[in-house]
Amino acid sequence: MTNTKKRLSAVAEGGFWFFVMLLPMLVGYVALTLSVSLVASIGLGLLLIPPTAAYLRWLADLRRSRVRQWRGIDIPRPYRAAPEFGAGFAGYWRRIRFHGTDPAFWRDGAWVLLDPVVGTLLAAVPIGLVLNGLYGLVISVMWSVFTQHGFNDWYLFVHVHRGNEGLRWAPTALGVLEAAFGVAIAPAMLNAHARWSRVLLAPTPAQIRARLKHLTETRADALDTQAAELRRIERDLHDGAQARLVAMGMHLNAASQLLEKDPEAAQKLLMEARDSSARALTELRDLVRGIHPPVLADRGLVDAVRALALDSPLDIAVHAEVVGRLDAPLESAAYFAVSEALTNVAKHARATQVWIDMRMAGGLLKITVTDNGIGGADQARGTGLHGIERRLATFDGILALSSPRGGPTIVTMELPCASSSPKTSSSSATG
Amino acid sequence: MRVVLAEDLFLLRDGMIRLLEAYGFQIAAAVGDGPALVEALVTERPDVAVVDVRMPPTFTDEGLKAVLEARQVVPGLPVLVLSQYVEQLYARELLADGAGAIGYLLKDRVFDSDSFVDAVRRVAAGGTVMDPEVIAKLLARGARKEPLGELTDREREVLALMAEGRSNAAIAERLVVTERAIAKHTSNIFMKLGLPESGDDNRRVLAVLAFLKA
Repeated sequence: MTNTKKRLSAVAEGGFWFFVMLLPMLVGYVALTLSVSLVASIGLGLLLIPPTAAYLRWLADLRRSRVRQWRGIDIPRPYRAAPEFGAGFAGYWRRIRFHGTDPAFWRDGAWVLLDPVVGTLLAAVPIGLVLNGLYGLVISVMWSVFTQHGFNDWYLFVHVHRGNEGLRWAPTALGVLEAAFGVAIAPAMLNAHARWSRVLLAPTPAQIRARLKHLTETRADALDTQAAELRRIERDLHDGAQARLVAMGMHLNAASQLLEKDPEAAQKLLMEARDSSARALTELRDLVRGIHPPVLADRGLVDAVRALALDSPLDIAVHAEVVGRLDAPLESAAYFAVSEALTNVAKHARATQVWIDMRMAGGLLKITVTDNGIGGADQARGTGLHGIERRLATFDGILALSSPRGGPTIVTMELPCASSSPKTSSSSATG
Repeated sequence: MRVVLAEDLFLLRDGMIRLLEAYGFQIAAAVGDGPALVEALVTERPDVAVVDVRMPPTFTDEGLKAVLEARQVVPGLPVLVLSQYVEQLYARELLADGAGAIGYLLKDRVFDSDSFVDAVRRVAAGGTVMDPEVIAKLLARGARKEPLGELTDREREVLALMAEGRSNAAIAERLVVTERAIAKHTSNIFMKLGLPESGDDNRRVLAVLAFLKA
């Protein structure tokens, strides 16, 4: 039963791709050919690239999401994360260049040119067979009406014309067989359709290899950093709080022995034990701040950066347009990146004023740290900046530096937030 | 004096109750989470509340939020906030209404029970008690904005001690000068910060607020 249902829904999916989506696909076909041919002739087609890219992306995303939901075949998005383009003609030009140089745009284009033939063939055959099968039924039922009006045609190999009444129910029999055949092959055809979609809509093997290399590297980096952090924490605990507690225990022990003989000395030792516990607390507090600052846990990135700014010896203005909480690991990475950037400013820049700007745009968390210091920072030499870069790379984030001699220095960090992680995509797949 | 105590860890709550009762406070209510605290503050209207920042249900800044919420219903309700760590950001939020009667201390200050109880009393009397660690960070940052930049080093020192909640007499003792000299410094501070003539307590609160916001 469920098997039949699955087959029938595969037929319906084919109907969707043919009857509903073919026209929008052809619109994409026209838009693409128009912009490409106009680029070749008078260059005006360049202007059409961004809207065409957006439209093709919409079509491709629709195909990706339907195919995932209906066929269970996952087609990852190959697009590069879009930077902020800015307004005006310059921004539009950047938009054109971004899409024009994105291989994924051209692969979308190839898809929209080929799919109306290949995709349609795969999707439409089952529904076509079913509809033609139904047509056979109609011919049988309406046989006399048809033939009386001079109908003279072939239904498969049955000649339908007046005088062939003996084969009146043959079209029905053939039609039922044909429709059954259409229904039977529908899942296989639609699966082929989905796999065909994946050919051009998924990232290329080269992209995947590059991604794999990047992930391997950043994972190794992340593990190294994590191991180093754990070693540091272990050392801090060992030399700090643990040692204090040992001292405290010794003081308390000594005090209890002196309690009767020399109450005054005992009192002094007790006070020392108390001070040891206070110092142990201070050290633990500093340690916790280095692991996960409490304000970050309480309030999230924006308030944590505000608190950081308040505690800094620098004069820092914080401007933030970030609503709600981000994923905890992302918040932490962004926080420590900002913290590290501020440390750098304090160490090297000789700045008096710092501006931090945080905003969310197009699925990216963008943070800029600007200072009015002496400039001349070099990404290749500064270990601090390199550390931030590695921290961000784990999250596919990037760091850009602009620091001419004489300043100002601008550190720009971008972190993708609308993550395409399996966590989010699987939740939509169940819908 | 009636106290509402908010602390979710049983051991600490028990210890605090004993400590406060030993100093003659009466525990009106002892609660362990944010919503219960708001309720207790609004219904009990204690002379002072001693509140831990991190509590259930969220285990974030529950206590702080509860205090701010309760003080909207009962303006100026005296509250001493305790925390494992102190943040200038939270200090500002607590003082933002300018009503004073706010304390903000590290939890380990409880170890020194005399000065802790003294802090509770000063908050109950409408004073402002900031943790020395908050003050130290403020001083480390230096005065970078008007009008605090106009203060002399000595006046900033006095302001810092004022922010810790100390009286003129205590400040004089600490800096080894006469109380009259301190009174002169404080009136200079009020003048330079442009604080209007009003009760001394209120001006002290406003001065601390200006200090935090600089």
